[in-house]
Amino acid sequence: MEKLDGYSGALKRLLEENNVRAGDVIKVITAEREYVGTVIPRYEYASQDFLTLKLLNGYNIGIRFDKILLITLIEKHSPPSFKSTPPESKSESLPHAVIVSTGGTIASRVDYRTGGVRPALSASDLLSVVPELAEIAKVDAEVLFSIYSENMTQSNWTILAKKLHEYVSKGYEGVVVTHGTDTMGYTAAALSFALKNTPIPIVLVGSQRSSDRPSSDASSNLISAMRASIEAPFSGVYVLMHGWVSDERMEMHLGTKVRKMHTSRRDAFKSINTKPAAVYENGRIRVLLDNLPKRRPPSYFEIFPNFDDRVALIKFYPNMDPEIFSYLYERGYRGIVLEGFGLGHVSSKVIPVLKKMIRDGMFVFMTSQCIFGRVRLTVYDTGRDLLEAGVIPLEDMLPETAFVKLSWCLGNFEEDRVLDTMKANIAYEYSSRTVLGEGECFGG
Amino acid sequence: MEAKNFKARVGLEIHQQLNVGRKLFCNCPIMEYDEAEYRILRYLRPTQSELGEVDPAVMFEFRKNKANIYIYNSRASCLVECDEEPPHPINMDAVKAAITVALALGSKIVEELHVMRKIVIDGSNTTGFQRTVLVAIDGALKADGIEVPVQTISVEEDAARLVEERDDAKVFSLDRLGVPLIEISLAPIEADPKTVERVALALGRLLRLTGFAARGLGTIRQDINISIEGFPPCEVKGVQKLDLIPKVIEYEMMRQYHLYNVATLLKEKGLDPDSSVGEYVDVTGLFERTSSKVVRSALDGGKRVYGIRLKGFSGLFKMEPYPSVRLGLELADMARAYGLGGIIHSDELPAYGISLEDVERIRAYLSAGESDAFVLILAGERDYDALLALRHRMLQFFEGPVPETRGPTGDGRTRYSRPRPGAARMYPETDIPLIKVTKELIEECRKFVPKPWNEVLKDYMQKYGLNEKLANQVLDSVYLSLFERVCSTTKLSPILVAVILTEHLVNISREGLDVSVLDEERLLELFQLLDSGKLSKESVIDILKCMCSERISAGDCVKRLGLKPISEEELAKIVYETVSSNRALVESLKERSFGPLMGMLMEKVRGKADGGKVSRLLRDEIAKILQGT
Repeated sequence: MEKLDGYSGALKRLLEENNVRAGDVIKVITAEREYVGTVIPRYEYASQDFLTLKLLNGYNIGIRFDKILLITLIEKHSPPSFKSTPPESKSESLPHAVIVSTGGTIASRVDYRTGGVRPALSASDLLSVVPELAEIAKVDAEVLFSIYSENMTQSNWTILAKKLHEYVSKGYEGVVVTHGTDTMGYTAAALSFALKNTPIPIVLVGSQRSSDRPSSDASSNLISAMRASIEAPFSGVYVLMHGWVSDERMEMHLGTKVRKMHTSRRDAFKSINTKPAAVYENGRIRVLLDNLPKRRPPSYFEIFPNFDDRVALIKFYPNMDPEIFSYLYERGYRGIVLEGFGLGHVSSKVIPVLKKMIRDGMFVFMTSQCIFGRVRLTVYDTGRDLLEAGVIPLEDMLPETAFVKLSWCLGNFEEDRVLDTMKANIAYEYSSRTVLGEGECFGG
Repeated sequence: MEAKNFKARVGLEIHQQLNVGRKLFCNCPIMEYDEAEYRILRYLRPTQSELGEVDPAVMFEFRKNKANIYIYNSRASCLVECDEEPPHPINMDAVKAAITVALALGSKIVEELHVMRKIVIDGSNTTGFQRTVLVAIDGALKADGIEVPVQTISVEEDAARLVEERDDAKVFSLDRLGVPLIEISLAPIEADPKTVERVALALGRLLRLTGFAARGLGTIRQDINISIEGFPPCEVKGVQKLDLIPKVIEYEMMRQYHLYNVATLLKEKGLDPDSSVGEYVDVTGLFERTSSKVVRSALDGGKRVYGIRLKGFSGLFKMEPYPSVRLGLELADMARAYGLGGIIHSDELPAYGISLEDVERIRAYLSAGESDAFVLILAGERDYDALLALRHRMLQFFEGPVPETRGPTGDGRTRYSRPRPGAARMYPETDIPLIKVTKELIEECRKFVPKPWNEVLKDYMQKYGLNEKLANQVLDSVYLSLFERVCSTTKLSPILVAVILTEHLVNISREGLDVSVLDEERLLELFQLLDSGKLSKESVIDILKCMCSERISAGDCVKRLGLKPISEEELAKIVYETVSSNRALVESLKERSFGPLMGMLMEKVRGKADGGKVSRLLRDEIAKILQGT
């Protein structure tokens, strides 16, 4: 029996008095007409004076409560029994793989009777919705979190890193993490630092079109991610998503170099200041980056799973009040990653405040809000003043990756190792060269 | 019983594009533009539903597993049509249009509107669903002395335009996707085909009078549900021209009646489907040395020949009680819809290079006797579903007419397009907030509710001095607003303007010229030339033809055809000279010489001078001579 979600007050009482719950078929009599249909839950933000009825022709309509004369129950709701019929695994020799889900729905079913969308969560459920997976691997599934990705925290990264370490250590040959796209780039960076010397590629995947629609990119992304995790000739942490708006080319991005660059397109994820690690086309992988870590034996696999949440990522803006930085210091923050202008600049009046904070033990790093390119603090006076004040420039590292890395450094290492670790290239977060042709982002 | 005596029930569903400035869920303009800036390739997957509910129409599309290619041009489409951006808020003008129509039809307006997603998986929507919102229910259309109940009035987005169907992909243009449509479903009525046409006309007129309807070919489409008594309906989708409606209905009635007769006949013969319709037999071996080009090329393409025997069917496939109504055609149309080349049945053999001896060998191989028929199907490995569907259709010959979705042909026939979809699969479009229909909104729309057609017609006849026929034609015309513009900005007679815009253009298009190239601005120029005396009304048809065929402006046509009007003095001179040099004729025939002389003169000045003026001058000249003698 479904709850009367979204109903309240007199309308809810009227429904309850008539023993009506969401999903039941009822007759509604108004002064004008009789309606027969299914009672549908209301969205929380929708007006409360209306009853939503799904008519027999499939349409939903809202009927004003004050027009309703009588309600009679016609038929109690019997919840649709989704039958999971996962295809038989092709062969025992298929590799073992796991899909760890962190939230959102990478696969779902629609109950067209009520319009409800139900996520496919269990492994068998997932396989029956995306049967292609069974041809690639023997798939296990675990729902680790059920949260929107905007609500992810450092402690979620820690739990996820430990869980993935556990699966890989158990010998799983394919590990895929489904993730909401808003903060998938951050989580990818976090895992890139937390998991050292991964034996296999761990692939994060999401969808930009929800899985309840026939045009969703969820299934094709998931299938490619699973193949990539099992087949790709390198290891590390990657994000796999569409390479363009067609369903033809998937791109695999280094977890530390990837950024969501569009609010809604399927190909929102782009490698910044580098090429994608690999592309998937017609079921074939093509490696684009040299020197990626090879697959390695699990004996080298290590985990550094902690993150300190007293780190801020601050985008500088014209005439920004220096007091904001003082406030962070007073709140006990240990590090700040700045997104400065251009080559890495902030207004001069802030520099004395930063200088004092750094002297008092705050870690301050510089990245650029240009996103593309490299910071260079030696070109203008302001930059040199910042260097003199103790601000450390982070070359072409993405601001978000720098934020995650600082949080990770402070979480796992003593303070005297933080500067060296931040400057070291741990997980491909720095590229030594910036070459022409990598700035293009969207287009044909 | 004759087909004509059979009672048919006909339900109309009208889809009219709305002329409301922008698309329903984004700010793209409404225009046809399919030059490919980008091509986007996509696959659609049916979303899983509850247990056991397999929509036959959805499976029909999914099994074909074709890619969809979308032609994108930034002039006509944005990321919303590409399914790369969430929909924008609904175009409220489209909602107002529907409320206006609902008020005119006395329908009940829904108090809170919910935009729904209706699953459509044939590729014509990039999302895999069509957004649609129910705006009103009930009401009645009064037309032709009858009252047709209205079922629903909704607003929905138009689908992408299919421009090419390839073996591996369907190609659509995105320009039409998202154009606002109003959909009005009328309850099925028992009426003769002509009446149904008039009902459709009345509804179309109501829509046009609101001022919200787009005008022009392809902006209105009717779906027609047709059933004969006791049988489920077939839906004929996408009839664009009104005069096709009665033809489509008559054809469907005859077709369904024939299917009913065949089923009755089979029953009388004591046949039953399971023992009559055999299984497929691979008869490729019999065609190893065939001289049939059709079969040869199919075999060379890796296909095989499958034969199936139908006991007691001899002669049934070619039986054609009405034009183009044959069982053979039923199967051929279906095979085509599934992407098969076609079928060959025994009633049409020997033919196609298949000899009588071949036929005998096939009969023997399939154990088909003289009274049996057989069907040969050329199919490849991937055509398993098509073979199953065709055999299923053969079994259904025992049932009479069966429900299916059909499409109209240009000549009023219909052909199979896909299985009838199951109950509409709809779920809420959660990206669009619910829309409360306020009293203020309804009152605003009430202003747009048009007067009844007859009153508008009377007003028009009075205002412009038109007769009823011309007034009707102008009001139905795509050039209505141009007509009003010309009448208010020139001194031309409204009758002349009306004749040019309706009758002349219709005649020219009947001659096969494409009048769609004549947009309002180009026609306006023509009327301005006419108004300023730079063009005579006799040359209008020639100029219009030239504008259509050469695609140049009216002014350029005047130059090209050398139709510059001659001056009054020049004309008088020509008349004088013509009459003078035919003095003998005038003297012998007297006043009756007018006819032949007028003929001679018009030969010389056609298109350059007004006929009335010529005749006046001619009469004067003749009179002068006759008075002189």
